[in-house]
Amino acid sequence: MLPTLNGRLQTRIFMLVVFGGIITFLITPVLPDGRPGLPGFDGDFYRITYIILATVLVLGIVWELIYHVIQQFRWEKDWPTLFGLITAINEGALVWLLLDLGLVPGMVDGVNEGNLPSFFFWAFFIDFSVIWFIIWLWTNGPMRVPLIRWRFFGGRIV
Amino acid sequence: MIEPTAASVVPTTDPNTYLPAQPMPAGDLTDQMLATDFWTDELVAGAGIPIVDVPFVTVGSGIGSFVTVDYLRIAGVPTSQMRVLGTLDHPWQTYEYLTRVSQIPRGERLRSDSASRPDNIWGFPSYGFSEGVRNFNLKVLWGLFTEPIFSDYYTPKAGQAFETMEREKNRIGYDEMLVKGLVRIVRRRYGGGYFTILTPPEGASATKRVAFRSQYVHLAVGYPGLKFLPELQRYRTEHNDYRHIVNAYEAHEHVYERLLQQPSTVMVRGGGIVASRVLQRLMDDRLLKGAQTNIVHLFRTYYHGTNDGYGNEEDSRPGGGKTRIFMRRRGENGWAYQGFNYPKSVWGGQLKKQVRGLEGEQRAEIYKRMGGTNTPWRKLWQKQMNQGRREGWYTPLVGTVDDMQPNGERIVNHVRTAQGTVPVEVDFVIDCTGLEADIAEHRLLKDLLEHGGASRNPSGRLNVDRNFELIGTRSGNGAMYASGATTLGGYFPGVDTFLGLQVAAQEIYQDLHKRKFCKRIGPVRSTIQWWKWLFGSAP
Repeated sequence: MLPTLNGRLQTRIFMLVVFGGIITFLITPVLPDGRPGLPGFDGDFYRITYIILATVLVLGIVWELIYHVIQQFRWEKDWPTLFGLITAINEGALVWLLLDLGLVPGMVDGVNEGNLPSFFFWAFFIDFSVIWFIIWLWTNGPMRVPLIRWRFFGGRIV
Repeated sequence: MIEPTAASVVPTTDPNTYLPAQPMPAGDLTDQMLATDFWTDELVAGAGIPIVDVPFVTVGSGIGSFVTVDYLRIAGVPTSQMRVLGTLDHPWQTYEYLTRVSQIPRGERLRSDSASRPDNIWGFPSYGFSEGVRNFNLKVLWGLFTEPIFSDYYTPKAGQAFETMEREKNRIGYDEMLVKGLVRIVRRRYGGGYFTILTPPEGASATKRVAFRSQYVHLAVGYPGLKFLPELQRYRTEHNDYRHIVNAYEAHEHVYERLLQQPSTVMVRGGGIVASRVLQRLMDDRLLKGAQTNIVHLFRTYYHGTNDGYGNEEDSRPGGGKTRIFMRRRGENGWAYQGFNYPKSVWGGQLKKQVRGLEGEQRAEIYKRMGGTNTPWRKLWQKQMNQGRREGWYTPLVGTVDDMQPNGERIVNHVRTAQGTVPVEVDFVIDCTGLEADIAEHRLLKDLLEHGGASRNPSGRLNVDRNFELIGTRSGNGAMYASGATTLGGYFPGVDTFLGLQVAAQEIYQDLHKRKFCKRIGPVRSTIQWWKWLFGSAP
C-alpha cells in the first residue's frame, strides 16, 4: 500500500464500517458464548461485537497516526503488505486489554467490569481476526477493482 | 539500421522504410505549411494531402499509446473513434528490444512492481498473484507477502508482461486502430483540433502523406534517444571501433560470446539497474559457463552508506545540505539501493501527493533529492558481487575517464581517481550510464516546441499539466496530451514506467470524460469491465 495520512484514515473508516459492519452481523451468531450450541441472534451479543468494532475504529484512528509517523522513516514512503497484517497484533492486544480491564464503555452487564472468561477471549479472537484478515485481503487487491483512483490517491475514497 | 556515427543509439524501427524511394507529384508538405502554425482545411487539401477524420489519435504506438487506448476502450470508446499512429507492429516492440539487449530477455525479471500491469488498468490480480496462483508457487506468494522486509521486491518476468499485453491488445481490438507510419508533425487546426501528418510505408497509400484531422491528440513517443558518454563516442568515431566499446542499449551479444572463448577484462561503467543486469550476465557466464572474465566496475559516484540524490551523507554535498532523517536511503559498495526507479510512493502515495502540489524550483529540488542513479538490492547480486570481490575478479573503481587510447586490440583508459590518474587496460567497455538525449532531438517534439505552442518544464522536458494536457497547445475545443519519458519533471514523477503510463492514462481519461468523449468508469462499470477482462471478452 502507498497510503497518505488522509487516505489511511478514509480507508480505515470505510473498511471497518462497510466490511466490519457486514462481517460482524454475520459472525456474531456463531461466536462461542460458553454454553453448548450456537448462541444465535441475540441483541446483547450484537451490542458487544458492535461496540468492539467501534472501539477498533476509534483506536484505529490513533494507530494510523502512529503508523504514518513510522512510515516517514521509510525512504519509499510505502506501507508493506506484511505491516498491514501484523498490526493486528498490537491493535488486537490493546482492545483486549481494555476489555479485560473493563475500560470499554457501553458494554452489557456481566462483561463491563473486566476479568473476562476464556470463552469470551476466543469469541473476541475469532471476531477480530476474521474481520481483520478479510479487510486486509480486500485492501491488498480487490479494492482496486471498483475504485480505480483509490490506489493512485493514497487510499482516499472521496 | 543504426547509423554508427550518430550519438543516438535507440533505433526507431528503421525510418528509412517509410520514406518513399521516389518523389511523388502531390500529397506532400509544402513550404507554406511548414511555416504556418495553424493550418486551415483548405491549406491541407490544397497540398493534395488526403484528410482522415477521427476524434482521437495517439502517436507513438508503444506501450504509452497502448495503455491510453486501453483505458479509453474500457471507458466505452469504440475502436472506430481512435487511431494509433506509429511504426511499431506491437506496443512492446521497442521495450522488448531495449530490455533484451540490456540483458533482460523474456525469462528474466524486470524492475517493476507486481501491481504495475499495462494489460490491466486495475492492477488486480497483480503479476505476482497471477504467477503464484497459476503455478501454485508458494515461494512467489510468500515473497509477495513479506516484501520488501524479508524478501526482495517481487518483479515480473519480461515474458509475462509481453504475453499479457498481447492478450489485452487482442481483447480491445488494438490492431483495428493501428495505422502504421511515421509522424513528424502535429499542427493546430484553424477552427479547433489538430492535423497529424502521417508518412505511411511505401506503397501503402496513394500519396506521400496522410493527414489525420482530430479533436484530440495524445503523444507517447518514448525516449528521444540515448547518448554515449562523450569520451566513448569520441573513441568510437576516431578509431572506428564499434566492437570493443558498446552501449548496453545496443545489441552487444558478440562481447559475451568473445568472453566465453577468451579470458578478458571488461570495464562496466554506471551504477544503475542496467549495470546490475550486465554485471549479472558477466558473472553468470563466469560462474555457470566458465568464462574467465575480470570485471573492472567504474563508478562516478561511489555510495557507501545512507544517501539521497545529492550523494552520500558523509561526503560534501553541494547544494544538498544534510541528509534528512525522513528522506534517506541505504547505500553500500558503490551502489545506492532502491526497489524501483523512484521511491515507491511516487506512484500513488505521499510523494505523488507532495510533488503534485509543487512548482518550479521546489519541484526540481525534490526530483533531485529523490533522484540519483540507484539499483535494487537483490540477494543473487549481492552473493555474486561478494564472491567476485573475495576471489579478486570484480574490482570496483571510482573516478572519471580523462582519455582513452588503443593498445593493439585493447583499450587503455586513463582513469582520474582521488589518488591520481591511473591507466586501466581492458578488452571491452560496456557503457551502462544511460544518458538521455534532449527532447528536441525528436523531430516531432522539436516541431511542437517551435510551432505547436509546447514548452519545457523545469527539467527541460515537455511541460504537461496535472491532467497530462500539453500546456500551451490547446486548439479550440481540442486538446493535446502527452505521457511517458518526454514529460519527466512534471507534477507526477514516475512517468517513464509501466504504472506511470497508467496514472497518466487515467488522468487523460478523466479529462476526456469531462469533455464528454468517453463514459465514466465508476464502481459499477469498473467492476463489470474487470470481469470482462478476466474472461477475455471485448470491453
